[in-house]
Amino acid sequence: MSITILFVLAPIGAIIAWWLSRQRLMAKPWLEVGAIDDFPGTGASSLPAATIGLGVFLAVVSSLFALFISAYFMRMQVADWAQMPAPRLLWFNTGVLILSSVALQYAQVAARRGRMEDVEYGLIAGGLFAVTFLIGQLFTWRQLNAAGYFLATNPASTFFYLFTGLHGLHLLGGLVALGRTADKVWRGVEVSQVRLSVQLCAVYWHFLLALWLVLFSLLTPWVGEFAVICRQFLI
Amino acid sequence: MVDITIGAAGVIQPAEVKDVELYHPKSWVTKYVFCQDAKVIAIQYSITALSIGLVALVLSWLIRLQLAFPSSLPAIGPGDYLQFITMHGMIMVIYLLTALFLGGFGNYLIPLMVGARDMVFPYVNMVSYWVYLLAVLVLVASFFMPGGPTGSGWTLYPPQAILSGTPGREWGIILMLASLILFIIGFTMGGLNYVVTVLQARTRGMTLMRMPLTVWGIFTATVIALLAFPALFVGCVMLLFDRILGTSFFIPAVVEMGQHLSYRGGSPLLFQHLFWFFGHPEVYIVAVPAFGIVSDLISTHARKNIFGYRMMVWAIVAIGALSFVVWAHHMYVSGMNPYFGFFFATTTLIIAIPTAIKVYNWVLTLWRGDIHLTVPMLFALSFIVTFVNGGLTGLFLGNVVVDVPLSDTMFVVAHFHMVMGMAPIFVIFGAIYHWYPKVTGRMLNEVLGKFHFWVTFLGAYLIYFPMHYLGLLGVPRRYFEMGDMAFVPPSATTLNIFITTTALVVGFAQMVFLFNLIWSLSKGKPAGSNPWRATTLEWQTPETPPGHGNWGKELPVVYRWAYDYSVPGAKEDFVPQNQPPVARAA
Repeated sequence: MSITILFVLAPIGAIIAWWLSRQRLMAKPWLEVGAIDDFPGTGASSLPAATIGLGVFLAVVSSLFALFISAYFMRMQVADWAQMPAPRLLWFNTGVLILSSVALQYAQVAARRGRMEDVEYGLIAGGLFAVTFLIGQLFTWRQLNAAGYFLATNPASTFFYLFTGLHGLHLLGGLVALGRTADKVWRGVEVSQVRLSVQLCAVYWHFLLALWLVLFSLLTPWVGEFAVICRQFLI
Repeated sequence: MVDITIGAAGVIQPAEVKDVELYHPKSWVTKYVFCQDAKVIAIQYSITALSIGLVALVLSWLIRLQLAFPSSLPAIGPGDYLQFITMHGMIMVIYLLTALFLGGFGNYLIPLMVGARDMVFPYVNMVSYWVYLLAVLVLVASFFMPGGPTGSGWTLYPPQAILSGTPGREWGIILMLASLILFIIGFTMGGLNYVVTVLQARTRGMTLMRMPLTVWGIFTATVIALLAFPALFVGCVMLLFDRILGTSFFIPAVVEMGQHLSYRGGSPLLFQHLFWFFGHPEVYIVAVPAFGIVSDLISTHARKNIFGYRMMVWAIVAIGALSFVVWAHHMYVSGMNPYFGFFFATTTLIIAIPTAIKVYNWVLTLWRGDIHLTVPMLFALSFIVTFVNGGLTGLFLGNVVVDVPLSDTMFVVAHFHMVMGMAPIFVIFGAIYHWYPKVTGRMLNEVLGKFHFWVTFLGAYLIYFPMHYLGLLGVPRRYFEMGDMAFVPPSATTLNIFITTTALVVGFAQMVFLFNLIWSLSKGKPAGSNPWRATTLEWQTPETPPGHGNWGKELPVVYRWAYDYSVPGAKEDFVPQNQPPVARAA
């Protein structure tokens, strides 16, 4: 729980506090009668609603995974925990996911500069890399199964399947959004109509990459040992 | 979008919206069933929540009958009783209160009160309702599965929740967890809408500090819920894994009928942490919108501006933040480190400060106000009294040494029924009497309303005050029957019969309310656009009930805060938010 509060809720709380501090909470609205221009106002932000919506959604996802990670650390303290080797394939998958993120970043930059063809390449490459990542994750599941690490063998293996599965589901959801964006691009719409979608896909991908790096480091044994030391200070 | 200007005030919504950008339903189905209009979604949410709430009401009667007349009702066995209390609690807290405050009032009031045409993501909003309905149906389905619904208590504590011996172990618990997971997914979709609409779709001049407190309350509660519900989600997913896939997140090594189960090493405490990390903020998810709504009801019906508006906003935000650091006060008896108990008792008692500020401000708003004892006002007043009474026993239970002997007694039941059962329900009733004229264009019948109020209000006290006494005697909660216990005097049974009789009467009085809702739909007095002479934007719509797009051709422009009542020198005793100021003489 303290991990959730320290690493996710406290930063989110700080963002909310920072935002509130700019909202003139000290204003005396009962004295301020008049048109909006008469007072320094606090209207909507200039970001599009969809961007803010994605931001709020990412806060929810962060909270979700932070709580899973909290549970992971708390469950780890029980004596029956047996750390599990991380399959080598995970390194390859991580590389692919990084490439996927890079491709979408490329698409985003291309969209900003108005090069529609490059947007298309970026989206296709990003989507293919992401699918490769998911297939790779399925292969690690098969490898683990073959090695005798089943879902219910040990809490460590359960958490492995749970983390990779949930992360994969989030990526699948992202692929749906990516597919819809790519579809718009293929239908040949103006670049201004897809710029935002491409940008949001890229942000979501970077977020999922960062999340994966956190999860991957937790599932790697040496980090697990490090965490054992850390959690004595944290919990 | 047209004519968006970026000035000192940030982005200001365009005054006119192109016709094509509005959502236009094309058929009966898209107008009333799969509708993307927030107002229709709000009504769908409210009707669904109230319907499932009626099921929970009937369950409460069955619980009370068993408590008053143990072993004279052959139809209610110990297992049934546990199923009734579980489903009653879960339905009331999640599927009625949360859904009605955020899905119902949130959807209806946020766009209208901030001067928006609709929620910012109408399609997602529609899906949110249908996922919620699916969650309710899955929950209802558990009544008809073999073994019935789960009887694990609304807190679903493992290991008992998923081991044999607990009713509904076969299917009930699985459907319960699935239903909660669906509810959270649906809520997240709706919650994104409420937050982003408040942030991005406010009309010209609607600064945050000009928003009615109702919007502040629903907004803050949504933020709390978006961050807290994931904890329940995590708990449910992991418990579902334990139940279906045989993993050992929460279940330690268990010997059952002389046989070792395959579970080992799990930590039941982990579930409690996850559950209450959601469970305590949940109290405020329900209470904070009630705070907001009650502020507006009191100000409107006392014809006086709310006292200490800024303080009210700060208190709402402070309560929201504090609600995340008190969860373990539900776990004092789970064997925690005494220093933890000290920490959580302190944070718990600190919450009393912003809460008390709000109560003082309500009372000071009433002071020398022009109080109109309308039905909404009666319910708002009863909320203040009930919330204070329930909150005071919260101070008892927040202290570790007092909580330990009272834990799991009827005292706790009485406490939370006062503070988060009756108090928010009073606000819901008050809000329905207040906004029904806007939703339907007709007033609810006042005589029936007052009858409904007095029976419900007095009844609530007759039911729950004696229950505190039972708790002090040591009568435990969740027990099917007492049997012969030395410390429970025979008078406790008499008291139980009295409580049950009152509960049945109060329950049936709700039928008067339902009748009023339906009867007034066609026979009620026409309300006009602003029957309460209120200042907030939802009463200034060109049509009543508001049409699609809410505002006709042009969005309203806001010139003042939401509480200009009885302004000296003004022609009327209220000045709507969108009324321009009189030009000052040079």
